[in-house]
Amino acid sequence: MSIKTAAFAAAVSVVAVTAAQADIKMAFIDPLSGPFGPSGEAAYTSFILEAEKINAAGGVNGEMIEVTGYDNKINPKESLVQFQKAIDDGARYIFQGNGSSVAAALIEAVNKHNKRNPGDEVVFFNYAAVTPAFTNEACSFYHFRFDAHVDMKMAAITDYIKGQEGIKKVYLIGQDYVFGQAVAAAAESMIKEKRPDIEIVGNELHPLGKVKDFTPYIQKIISSGADAVITGNWGADMQLLMKAAAESGSDIPYLTFYGGSKGAVAALADGAIDRLYQVTEAITNLETSDEQNALVEEYKERFPDYDYYYHRAFNAMRMFKAAAEKAGSVDPIPVAKALEGLTIDEAYGGQVTMRAEDHQAQQNLYISTVAKVGDGVTYGVDNVDYGWKLVEGGSIDAASAEQPTTCEMERPE
Amino acid sequence: METIVFALLNGVIYGLLLFMLSSGLTLIFSMMGVLNFAHASFYMLGAYFAYTIMGATSFWLALFIAPILVGLVGAVVERYGLRKVHANGHVAELLFTFGLAYLIEEIVKIVYGKTAVDYKIPSLLDFPAFTIYGASFPAYRMFMLFIAIGMLVGLWFLLKKTRAGLIIQAALTHPHMVGHLGHNVPLIFMTVFGIGCALAGLAGVIAGNIFVTDPAMAVLMGPIVFVVVVVGGIGSLEGAFLASILIGLLQNFAVGISASFADIFWFTGLSPTSEIGDITVSSLAPVLPFLLLVLMLIFRPRGLMGEQEL
Repeated sequence: MSIKTAAFAAAVSVVAVTAAQADIKMAFIDPLSGPFGPSGEAAYTSFILEAEKINAAGGVNGEMIEVTGYDNKINPKESLVQFQKAIDDGARYIFQGNGSSVAAALIEAVNKHNKRNPGDEVVFFNYAAVTPAFTNEACSFYHFRFDAHVDMKMAAITDYIKGQEGIKKVYLIGQDYVFGQAVAAAAESMIKEKRPDIEIVGNELHPLGKVKDFTPYIQKIISSGADAVITGNWGADMQLLMKAAAESGSDIPYLTFYGGSKGAVAALADGAIDRLYQVTEAITNLETSDEQNALVEEYKERFPDYDYYYHRAFNAMRMFKAAAEKAGSVDPIPVAKALEGLTIDEAYGGQVTMRAEDHQAQQNLYISTVAKVGDGVTYGVDNVDYGWKLVEGGSIDAASAEQPTTCEMERPE
Repeated sequence: METIVFALLNGVIYGLLLFMLSSGLTLIFSMMGVLNFAHASFYMLGAYFAYTIMGATSFWLALFIAPILVGLVGAVVERYGLRKVHANGHVAELLFTFGLAYLIEEIVKIVYGKTAVDYKIPSLLDFPAFTIYGASFPAYRMFMLFIAIGMLVGLWFLLKKTRAGLIIQAALTHPHMVGHLGHNVPLIFMTVFGIGCALAGLAGVIAGNIFVTDPAMAVLMGPIVFVVVVVGGIGSLEGAFLASILIGLLQNFAVGISASFADIFWFTGLSPTSEIGDITVSSLAPVLPFLLLVLMLIFRPRGLMGEQEL
């Protein structure tokens, strides 16, 4: 066993021991192997750390939380098998985020399960699958999303582009599945609306998780004469895209959803400064309490391969706790009802509200770019001396980030 | 223009890399008469061995030691596995290599973990070699090119210009005759298998760091290598070389073409917004080698240079 896996196993086994008397079982269904394994593990460890914190502080209504990981290999079919396994193991709360294709399958499975098993409902907490449909036409009472969806993030990116006079040509590249297509569609319509003078010089979709060498794609971007690239790529697809971009030596800026994916900053190193941008619900270098900084440091110490990135995972756990306390119950339906419209304070000075109409979390968004540690940056990422720094005017409050919804939700009695 | 130059460069490098893998496979095929399903697994082993050796010493040492280690593993597999299975016929051999591929993948997962390892290119080669049309070309890719050409020349020299090569070639086609002449045919077979695996290992060493070193790399590479061998003509090294370069160029050029089906088949009145008209050539790049395989099997079953039909 490698050191990496050994450390991970050791870190996780601490939880397994305390989990023996767990009362609230939560299933984490996401890739824990393969090209997207690191994305899954980074989130899994975040949920585990927060569950430990909550348990140590007395649990939720006195009951302990146990989070168990189920490796779905980012395959929708495999996810349904793992979903059934999780239910059989007693889990009534499901966490999933990597891959909208998986989330779509899980939403359907959860709806079906709840219809067939009244009184034994399951609730799906989606922390990262951001296809807008899940809180619009395909919304469900049993689905809650803690991450800003594609249209919200794209609105932030295009608002930023609006102020950048130098950008005349934009290239879109993304993963060829429901999420990548949603990103491309949102970018096209919003750029047209906000900056009609911008020409979209490329709209490329590549297979999800299959491309190992992005050099030909980068070549195409360079020869298109683009001034900026917009991408929704995440996981290995983000890291490898940046690896090829670094090799090419070009200095075209990348406006991304998931520039924070493991390895992307390290791949670019110095080249990431003022060139790699991301839009997220938080970055660790924002002003915050000592308590939050201690949490960021503890995370890094426990899981040195990863960085504190999934702030929304911590928010999701805290909102669950607040909802369960408000409802005075840890059962799915009372918790789901209490979550509707619930607001909590989050660690970076904002608030997260779970909008009742569509179960889409409303929160502040931040556009950040990379800077050297010390240069206004305290916490680096990827174990290199570069970290995320807020860009000027990059702070978008929850009200501005909000997008309308078309959701017509059916609620249980 | 710049697209063409870069696609040419990248295509040739990728093609030579494919040849490094498929040359071993095609040699082994001539010998065993069946495809070695585990061949890409030796490619993966090469990358992982190099990662381990590089961690302990340096990349340059790994460049030599890792392929030799992979070759030794291959020789052991042949001596104590395949040779025993051979008595039970081709189907048994095929199943053996099939099982071996899974076995190697699982072992790699246990030893190195399920996610990618951080196998980096050596810092000595981590600089741009030259810049054309505003994009730099990494020195490491030039290094890959030289290694691949070196391997090509070395293999050609070994097989065509040395006495050992003569005996190997004879043993591949007429093992009994060579045996009667007093040569140790099983030893020759073991050596050929070992060399084939070592070449795959070498490909892993130089490609693992520029692509990704993870347990899925064998599964991703395997099908392409089979396509090369079949398109080139089973058992033909020249054919494998042509097919490798062809597929390397095909994939790199296809990514660069933004034209959609609607643009190409405009005369049929295909709408650019329809499901089919919307498909672009670049999004088809990963499928093209397999399309070539299917077409080749239909129209020229013996491949580009093969002497026998499948």
